[in-house]
Amino acid sequence: MEKYKKYFNLIYLIAFIAMVVVAYTTSKYRPESVSVLFTDLSWLGNWPKWLDLPLMPFLNEGFDKLIKEYGMFFEGINNFLLGLYTDMKNFMVGLPWPILMISVIVLCYFVSGRNTGTTIMVAFCVFFLGFLSPRYWDKCIMTTCIVVIGMLLCLIIGIPVGILMARHKKVRNAILPILDLMQTIPSFCYLIPGILLFGLGAVPAIFAIFVYAVPPLIRLTDLGIRLVDKEVVEAAEAFGASKKQKLWGVQLPLALPNIMQGVNQCTMMSLAMVVIASMIGTRGIGDEVLLGLQQLNVGMATEAGIAIVLLAIIFDRITQSYGEKIQARTHNKKKLIL
Amino acid sequence: MSKIEIKNVYKIFGDQPSKVLPMVKDGASKEEILEKTGHTVGLDDVSLSIEEGETFVCMGLSGSGKSTLIRHINRLIDPTSGVVSVEGTNVMDLDQKQLIEFRRHKMSMVFQRFGLFPHKTVMENVGYGLEVQGQKPEERNKTAMEKIEAVGLNGFEHQYPNQLSGGMQQRVGLARALATNTDIMLMDEAFSALDPLIRSDMQKQLMDLQSELKKTIVFITHDLDESLRLGDHIGILNGGRLVQVGTPVDIIMNPADDYVAAFVKDVNRAKVIKAKIIMKSANESNGVDKKNLIKVQEDQFIEEFLPQVVCTNANCEVVDKQGNVKGYITNKELQKSLTKS
Repeated sequence: MEKYKKYFNLIYLIAFIAMVVVAYTTSKYRPESVSVLFTDLSWLGNWPKWLDLPLMPFLNEGFDKLIKEYGMFFEGINNFLLGLYTDMKNFMVGLPWPILMISVIVLCYFVSGRNTGTTIMVAFCVFFLGFLSPRYWDKCIMTTCIVVIGMLLCLIIGIPVGILMARHKKVRNAILPILDLMQTIPSFCYLIPGILLFGLGAVPAIFAIFVYAVPPLIRLTDLGIRLVDKEVVEAAEAFGASKKQKLWGVQLPLALPNIMQGVNQCTMMSLAMVVIASMIGTRGIGDEVLLGLQQLNVGMATEAGIAIVLLAIIFDRITQSYGEKIQARTHNKKKLIL
Repeated sequence: MSKIEIKNVYKIFGDQPSKVLPMVKDGASKEEILEKTGHTVGLDDVSLSIEEGETFVCMGLSGSGKSTLIRHINRLIDPTSGVVSVEGTNVMDLDQKQLIEFRRHKMSMVFQRFGLFPHKTVMENVGYGLEVQGQKPEERNKTAMEKIEAVGLNGFEHQYPNQLSGGMQQRVGLARALATNTDIMLMDEAFSALDPLIRSDMQKQLMDLQSELKKTIVFITHDLDESLRLGDHIGILNGGRLVQVGTPVDIIMNPADDYVAAFVKDVNRAKVIKAKIIMKSANESNGVDKKNLIKVQEDQFIEEFLPQVVCTNANCEVVDKQGNVKGYITNKELQKSLTKS
């Protein structure tokens, strides 16, 4: 690697010149010949129209091609996710509300390690969702379903990628810039291709959730595994643990608090994204906010905003307290020895 | 054949160790290499052999490469060049699977900061080596329990490591290393993190276990007293080079260079030298005054009988365990052995 470094600047230069040449030759506004550029210096004033990298037509073409040739593939994903979402939503909407409420409370009670404080708080939040406005109950269910499916997708892909990154430096170097890109590109930039690929509705929202929420999970999984005490990992190796035994027996259990932190982050970001996704027609609690904005109905928007906060608290408390429970088990608190 | 044989091992840390290797072989110093190439020399032409059943102590200050050296033996670190062979097999020839088998059955390791698994109980920790071998829980718990008893931790088997004190944690580490019943034990500064009282306690426990089990132990330490106490042979490392290998008495009486001499300068010789080393054998000592004699075991350290000698101004008669007279020690020999050169 070291010996190629000195060529890097040269490569940059060549690439830059190539891009300028491409821009010049493909532009409609270029002067009749290159020699004009030297006699007529007016192009140095305002940015000349021919100095324009043709990225947009290139991307559009590529995207069209993608839809034409791999349309079936995206259709398949769409059908699968949509089916999953509709079944889940219909089931939960079909349940009488007290039963659903009680199941959330029971889930919270056991997941938080029988912590009554957390359970009571979550119970209140769940009750208030419907209490704020009866319409919200079904809409919150829709939002929850989208978030849960998005989360599952993040977990299935995010954790293995995080593990790979922790294991191989090369993979990490390759994936880190992609994660940066995913986190910094404004969400609207991939909401729109999402619509083109998956149509309106829940699936582009799930796609957007995945792009937006998977980076922190990947990062924290990677970090968690690499932060496991080196000597402990060495001990596992010294006793002849295979890679698999090392991963499942030592690295993952010890990285779990960090991974759970990643899951928690992932949930919060999913919820944030699902609200934005209401702008591309995803049904759920987010479209109440949108409606309020459009009608300049401050009360309505605020009410819906509060409902989103309550939903966020429910998600946060449940995932967080699960993480704490695991942490308490793996990092056993020091008890007094007499 | 020696149990462990290390031949001309070099280890260079950095991006391109093989390019720097010729420079190191030509005798460039550690500092030069670091300045010119940015590589760190870990080990520089280390060769030694460790016999079956002995305790070999590898001593040096921090940065001398001792921890690097011990990790070559079970190949947690690969050498840049050189051969490490254990029981005649070159560890570099092992593929991934063989290496795992090798680590499971040939050697076990004890770590400076214990390296215990915080999410496993003491019993699960001790049984870990057997767990990765694929033994069933009942079997491995039985073995684990035996070893927990051997290190005196009964009653703590269901605790987690962070519920125990440092000394107890290292006992768990020791029990874990014993549980796989390997011939070779690698101990990387095993007692360095413990306070002095517990440390000498652990040293004694290790010596007791060793007199029973007769394992081949490679022990790393930065503490000279510890190495003199435990080692059958001692190797002293300085800046990645092995400066001297010898018995404790060799090291103290004939230090190879100024570095070793500076090291052993402040050693309490009376604590390290045994009667049999300074005695004159029975048939050589005709002129010794035999009226005023003290009986001394051949394995006793000088400090154990010195006060008596001072009080009574007597000569010593050295006997072995059966009571046979092996030799004599007069004040002259005592004086010579205790004077710092």
